[in-house]
Amino acid sequence: MTSTLQTPRPESGASPIASSLRGRQLPRWVPPALTAAAVLLALVGVFGPVGAWLVLVGWCVAAVIPIWSLAVEGSRKAMDRLVTLLVSTAFAITLFPLGSILATVVSRGAPVLSSEFFTYSMRNIVGEGGGIYHALMGTLLITAAAAAISIPIGLFTAIYLIEYGDGTRLAGWIRFLVDVMTGIPSIVAGLFAYALFVIFFGPGVRMGVGGAVALSVLMIPVVVRSCEEMLKLVPNELREASYALGVPKWRTIVKVVLPTALAGIVTGVTLAIARVIGETAPLLVIAGLTDSVNFNLFDGRMATLPVFTYFSIIVPGVPPGPSIERAWGAALVLLIIVMLLNLAARLVSYFFSPKGER
Amino acid sequence: MGCPPGTTAPSERLTIVTSTQSPERRRTTPTRPGDRIFRGTSLAAALLILATLAGVAVFLTAEGIPGILASPDEVKHGTGFVDYVAPLVFGTLLAAILALTMAVPLAIGVALFISHYAPRKLAAPLGYVIDLLAAVPSVVYGVWGISFLAPALVPLYRWLEDNLGFVPLFAGPASATGRTILTASIVLAVMVLPVITAICREIFLQTPRLHEEAALALGATRWEMARLAIFPYARSGIISASMLGLGRALGETMAVAMVLSASGVVTFNLISSTNPSTIAANIALTFNEATGLTVNALIASGLVLFVITFGVNFAARAIVDRRKDFSGAN
Amino acid sequence: MPVKSKSMRKAAALGAGAVLALGLTACGAGNESGDGDESSSDLSGTLNGAGASSQQAAVSAWQQGFQTENSDVTVNYDPIGSGGGREQFLAGGTDFAGSDAYLDDEELTQANDLCGQIVSVPTYVSPIAVIYNLPGVDGLQLSPSTIGSIFAGDITTWNDPAIAEDNPDAELPDSAITPVHRSDDSGTTENFTEYLDAASEGTWTAGVVETWPTQGGEAANGTSGVVAAVESGEGTIGYADASQAGDLGQVAVKVGDEYVAPTEEAAARVLDTAEEVEGREDTDIALELDRATTEDGVYPIVLVSYQMACQTYEDADKAELVKSWLTYVVSEDGQQAAADSAGSAPLTDDFREKVQTAIDTIGG
Repeated sequence: MTSTLQTPRPESGASPIASSLRGRQLPRWVPPALTAAAVLLALVGVFGPVGAWLVLVGWCVAAVIPIWSLAVEGSRKAMDRLVTLLVSTAFAITLFPLGSILATVVSRGAPVLSSEFFTYSMRNIVGEGGGIYHALMGTLLITAAAAAISIPIGLFTAIYLIEYGDGTRLAGWIRFLVDVMTGIPSIVAGLFAYALFVIFFGPGVRMGVGGAVALSVLMIPVVVRSCEEMLKLVPNELREASYALGVPKWRTIVKVVLPTALAGIVTGVTLAIARVIGETAPLLVIAGLTDSVNFNLFDGRMATLPVFTYFSIIVPGVPPGPSIERAWGAALVLLIIVMLLNLAARLVSYFFSPKGER
Repeated sequence: MGCPPGTTAPSERLTIVTSTQSPERRRTTPTRPGDRIFRGTSLAAALLILATLAGVAVFLTAEGIPGILASPDEVKHGTGFVDYVAPLVFGTLLAAILALTMAVPLAIGVALFISHYAPRKLAAPLGYVIDLLAAVPSVVYGVWGISFLAPALVPLYRWLEDNLGFVPLFAGPASATGRTILTASIVLAVMVLPVITAICREIFLQTPRLHEEAALALGATRWEMARLAIFPYARSGIISASMLGLGRALGETMAVAMVLSASGVVTFNLISSTNPSTIAANIALTFNEATGLTVNALIASGLVLFVITFGVNFAARAIVDRRKDFSGAN
Repeated sequence: MPVKSKSMRKAAALGAGAVLALGLTACGAGNESGDGDESSSDLSGTLNGAGASSQQAAVSAWQQGFQTENSDVTVNYDPIGSGGGREQFLAGGTDFAGSDAYLDDEELTQANDLCGQIVSVPTYVSPIAVIYNLPGVDGLQLSPSTIGSIFAGDITTWNDPAIAEDNPDAELPDSAITPVHRSDDSGTTENFTEYLDAASEGTWTAGVVETWPTQGGEAANGTSGVVAAVESGEGTIGYADASQAGDLGQVAVKVGDEYVAPTEEAAARVLDTAEEVEGREDTDIALELDRATTEDGVYPIVLVSYQMACQTYEDADKAELVKSWLTYVVSEDGQQAAADSAGSAPLTDDFREKVQTAIDTIGG
């Protein structure tokens, strides 16, 4: 569709009839040239030695386009060009914090990464050295457990909402409450998990699986929402064709609906994992922190990357340097994990989504 | 609720067809145990979610009520609960609303850029880049806010104080470190931006192609096409996306706790170092050293936050449902 | 249909595989592989503690020392804060607690119900530095009353006569002072305000508090937050553990007629001027510091942090473990390790002896 939109109008050449229909236009080279100049100035302003004010100069250069257009092409075209400018500006503004954060994390985290950093825990480490092995394992285990809890619940709920309960009052309520659940502050989820586990294990309980429960509270609504959207996109003709062949409803769901929506579901689930893997507050409350490796979700404290990062920054040792470096390294590793997850999700949706769809 | 009406309507219609006809058919064939089990499992999962939510609410209420009822001398903050929580509610709303004011227009712009302005080949990678922002742990946002953003904003705050000091928002004195509620809101805006952008983008992309091409065929410019074909269709989706972003902004804990110089006052002054605190940040900052009824009071403040997010979602839902009837999509 | 289910399996394998691949290769960390081979002691087990985050860096050092000596032992410490630490300990959730304040009377009753008798000893003494960032001014000196006025918000510019009087040689700019305080509740704030309350001669009126009482000034989360805020602003002044002050200027505080800088020696000497709180058992060493001391060479703004344990545990091995842990913590090695990695002031020999006597009562 966008190919229709993107095709530059004046390509049909200088036919006199066409031009009389088109009205007066800016010279063809003007918008791209000014845009290029503006981008160049902005880039020099951000990365070069001259100063950030060049960015403003660049923007002003770009702002010439709509003004010129107003003089030549009239107000409608000028408005269109102005909006193009504004929309592009919005995107550029967004890129700035992203670039800034990524640059900070990568430049400060990358020097820390080494084989020792990935294979050592913090047991018996003071000052330099040590690594994030324990926190990495903790994060993977707790997140995997959270996913193991959330995905079945979330998926089955979505199936209920779309396949069984659609249109019923109960489904309406569940949809609404799932939306409310997306708004639960993460620290409240942590407190809830803590209170729940205190009932069974007594005060002061610290358990990896508690962290998984807290993360599930945050993750389930995201899974439900994305699975629901994906199940909705499955064409009803497929279901009906299956029913017509005498296939029971549940087998239709398992064999027809889910495979069709699979790519989208995997994408949604992966994004949900990415959403919770960086949570700090709930894990702080219920999973705690330890310096040693712990593979048992049901016994004792488990370090996780976000909590490790938080404490490495908040209570560094003396000198604070190595601890803060480790924090940046851990943040970078977390970012890489999430990037890979995102990438995997996109690849899955690219390779497995039915061809010909959007 | 993010689902635009255009996609639900036809599928709903079709579902009705099947559901009205299939029971009659099924009566002739015996219900299979597999079907019953599957239906039961999915219903149980849905009910489990309700139970979890009820659990959260019950837990917050049960633990919170003693804190609400506690007399001033039993808790550390030494005031009644309403006096304690009111400035926090103010700060929470102020920070979240400021963040949304910045994030929503930007997000709509970015989503529009990705879906309709950027070259088609670039759209997917650009979306990926923006989604990355959602993945950055909030601790990293906090550190970035302290060490990079706040100092960078100090000159701006000085300038605002000198030139716009007569506006109460910028009355100053400007913070020397830049760790103001405005800075915290900017960090929050960056954090909620990808959430809003992702949803808006998906909805913009789902705009019926016929509507867009009809607009263009009538001679509309690209902007007019967006205004006439995309926005009416996407309005409810934009609102629900903003509400999701608002929910995220209201509940964000660590980044605000690290960036904001919080004093628990009520003020509209955005650039001084004396700022209102937020509920979530306040919980994070005081929970560790809290004992006894103070803990209950903190949990009660969590309940207040929960009720606020509940209300926000309720409102969003209501708006979206109402808008559905008027949206130009159908 | 078979195509579909095949692709489903493929995708599921892809998703699960990523996690499993890492999970299955899981084994001990590189630095933990030697566990149990050459343990020189017969102690084993896990010791869980929680409490003051001020001790965290020191506890890391102690963990290292103790776990190296006893390789079958794991010590965990959650830096969740003093209040939470005491609460969890009193509820029986942890084996020992770290706290910036000794138990109050109510908590003491609870503790005696739980433990028979509590063993509570000071383990960590850390000077709190008044840090500032004022380019061109080194070696700032301040009297307690001036510090009180600055943090109360009464003195607002650096060239105030009161500051000039303490610093006759310095060229003070007329820029504004931004006092930085902790936004979270903390023992550091409590100790600092206790000092201001006792020594400021009335310029500090807000009393001894854990939560910063006044609404002026800048607030920052945690010691590192305060340090970052002081570093990033100009004309800022704050208080933080001296070990974390980095390159920032540290105020020399007026004690008697002298100005004393926050050094380990000067801080450790505070314990000598301290008095024990009346009416406590011998094993519960609670110190009342003399903040307004005028004695030479004593730095009065210190944070004293305690560790608490029970005298008796149901499990005798646990008691033995706790006893060995605390013995190591207050030993010369332990205190030196903390000094090296957390910048604390080692306990003096006399004081260590007294503390050790209390620890020896654990386990009967």
